[in-house]
Amino acid sequence: MKRELARHINLFEFSAKEVAAKTKPGQFVILRIDEDGERIPLTIANADEQKGTIAVACHEVGRTTTQLGRLKEGDSVSDLLGPLGKPARIEKYGTVLCVGGGVMVAPLHFQAQAFREAGNNVIGVVGATTKDHLIFLDEMETTCNELFVATDDGTKGYKGMDFLSDLLKEKKIDRVVAEGPIVMMKTVSDLTRQHGIPTIVNLIPIMVDGMGMCGACRVTVGEKTLFACVDGLEFDGHQVDFDELLARMKMYTTQEKIAYVFSEEEGRN
Amino acid sequence: MSTPKPKIRKDAVPMPKQPPEERAHNFREVAIGYSEEQTLAEAERCLQCREAPCIKGCPVEIDIPTFIKLVRESKFAEAAKKIKEKNILPAVCGRVCPQEEQCQAKCTVGKIGDPTSIGRLERFVADWERQHGCETPQKCPATGKKVAVIGAGPAGLTVAADLIKLGHEVTIFEALHKLGGVLSYGIPEFRLPKKIVEAEAEYVEKLGVTMKTNALIGRLYTVDELLKQFDAVFIGSGAGLPTFMGIPGENLCRVYSANEFLIRVNLMRSYDFPKSGTPICGGGKVAVVGGGNVAMDAARCAIRLGASEVRIVYRRSKEEMPARAEEIENAEEEGIIFEFLTSPKRLIGNERRAVKAMECVRMRLGEPDKSGRRRPVPIEGSNFVMDVDMVIMAIGRTPNPIIGQTTEGLKTTEWGGIVADENGKTSVEGVYAGGDIVTGEATVISAMGAGRRAAKAIHAFLMRKENCVEAEKTGEKQQNPRQQH
Repeated sequence: MKRELARHINLFEFSAKEVAAKTKPGQFVILRIDEDGERIPLTIANADEQKGTIAVACHEVGRTTTQLGRLKEGDSVSDLLGPLGKPARIEKYGTVLCVGGGVMVAPLHFQAQAFREAGNNVIGVVGATTKDHLIFLDEMETTCNELFVATDDGTKGYKGMDFLSDLLKEKKIDRVVAEGPIVMMKTVSDLTRQHGIPTIVNLIPIMVDGMGMCGACRVTVGEKTLFACVDGLEFDGHQVDFDELLARMKMYTTQEKIAYVFSEEEGRN
Repeated sequence: MSTPKPKIRKDAVPMPKQPPEERAHNFREVAIGYSEEQTLAEAERCLQCREAPCIKGCPVEIDIPTFIKLVRESKFAEAAKKIKEKNILPAVCGRVCPQEEQCQAKCTVGKIGDPTSIGRLERFVADWERQHGCETPQKCPATGKKVAVIGAGPAGLTVAADLIKLGHEVTIFEALHKLGGVLSYGIPEFRLPKKIVEAEAEYVEKLGVTMKTNALIGRLYTVDELLKQFDAVFIGSGAGLPTFMGIPGENLCRVYSANEFLIRVNLMRSYDFPKSGTPICGGGKVAVVGGGNVAMDAARCAIRLGASEVRIVYRRSKEEMPARAEEIENAEEEGIIFEFLTSPKRLIGNERRAVKAMECVRMRLGEPDKSGRRRPVPIEGSNFVMDVDMVIMAIGRTPNPIIGQTTEGLKTTEWGGIVADENGKTSVEGVYAGGDIVTGEATVISAMGAGRRAAKAIHAFLMRKENCVEAEKTGEKQQNPRQQH
């Protein structure tokens, strides 16, 4: 199944019975489209054991994500590995604030559902750069007890995440879970630090194998170096070195452009 | 024995290689391999001595004199069959085994000159067979027993092949998208072409082993869950976890673990970027930290990716280097610079958080340590800064802890290995382990040896109630016509 969530953002449902049976919110898969393809990690947005499917949302930003975006209903990918990473810690905390940004709202929704089922009062925030990139609004509306919307340019809802500081003051929030762009997760963590609210960020850096072999996804958390693929994806947002992570995410920017142009030209020939 | 024998040539037939200036710019195989004439000439150097000390030097006990005798008679298909009785990966082992420490170290000819080049002969025979089609051996009658093998590396493939020949049903669970384990992700194309790994893994598949790739045990299924579906489980998950030094700056951009660097280059074919979608940093000055075969592999990949300068930084001297002499020589020929008695202290980054320099300290050798090698001691005040554009940490690999962490009652070591006896028996009944997951990082052939012993033990375990002879009497002999491929 393929469903367009926004321009260049799609939700894919893959038949993967064994993976679906084992998947918990917070876990991810690694997929490879074809023989020449790179291995990319995607956080799982839903798993349906009965149907034997898992869902991932993907924003077309480079070669592999664009190729993925071109897949049609009924197509398959050459490799799908999962579920990887540790499941998210889902407990009854009280009030949980789930802040999602961009394409990552989809996997965050999977967690929000689990928090709700665990008896939490769930406040959701759906964020995006602009109105047209907001996704999963209906789903989050249904799942959360309360929902806020924010865009970087203010085209819908609050402008930016600054409104959160008032929200954190007004409400008694027991736990914050953020999933989205690194800058957003950093902003949220900086805000909640002032209020001393435990904050979990879901990090999905550049990975190759996704099972602890390469260390490409290493992040500094407090004094320690951890591997997002096996120690995560959940980390303490107040301890993560976001600036280092941001730099590491940009390590292949030039090559990514080359790969994209190459594959677009190949596609035309 | 009274007839006088022709004099044995003291020098081995040299291995033809791509010239260093050429090969430093491509990923094609360095050693080209013997021609048929060269093979026959080298085979003549074997004394066919009765003691056959070479066999004792081989971890899987290949009948070396017999296969060499068949080579002399130009019976290459039969020679290949002889080797495959004991070794299912001959084209791999002929290339990457440290024969100089094993079979060839014991060779009688070695006392008067170069030992017989057993590895090169093995390679020729295996390559000949691959090009001319190989026979699928006969299997024992089906036992109805099922075995799960975790990891399609040298240990796992050996266990699987041995057990399927004995009539058991075998499924391999491989976490990566390709078979071969370290042979696919670790050893570079120019030392071990991947089509050879594919062909030898395919041979195991042809024997009837079910291959399940993209299946990470510990996440997709636990070992306990496998034990509900299978009568025995073998863990051959290898030593795939990278080690870092723990010095400041290791998380800067363009600092790689050797594992990441090699996985990108070998498994993901980054050298073929952008056709292959996986990028790699390259060019400029590269420092590789470490002195083992992995360090040599990483350095030699780096030079091929277009580095202007590659330095191997090793804290002891050349004599203590764990890498094979042959690989050190190859690296030297390709222009790799060695900085012995040097140890990194910290990595220094630029404004974009990419590594730009490495501060090192010079070392001297002190008293021998537990390993018997002289311990390197820093020389105070000898610190200096080396300009680098990329650093590769090749200081060892440890076992992946996922299986240990997710298997109830499975005893593990402090460093994350699985505790097993010499036959691979672990603390859990029906669960066996072998290869790097038990010993820590070692050789391909020692993992295969461990696989062979574990297969024997698993077979005995499966047959402990109704033994194999009984099964043969009652069960129908399976008709398995020999197939030519």
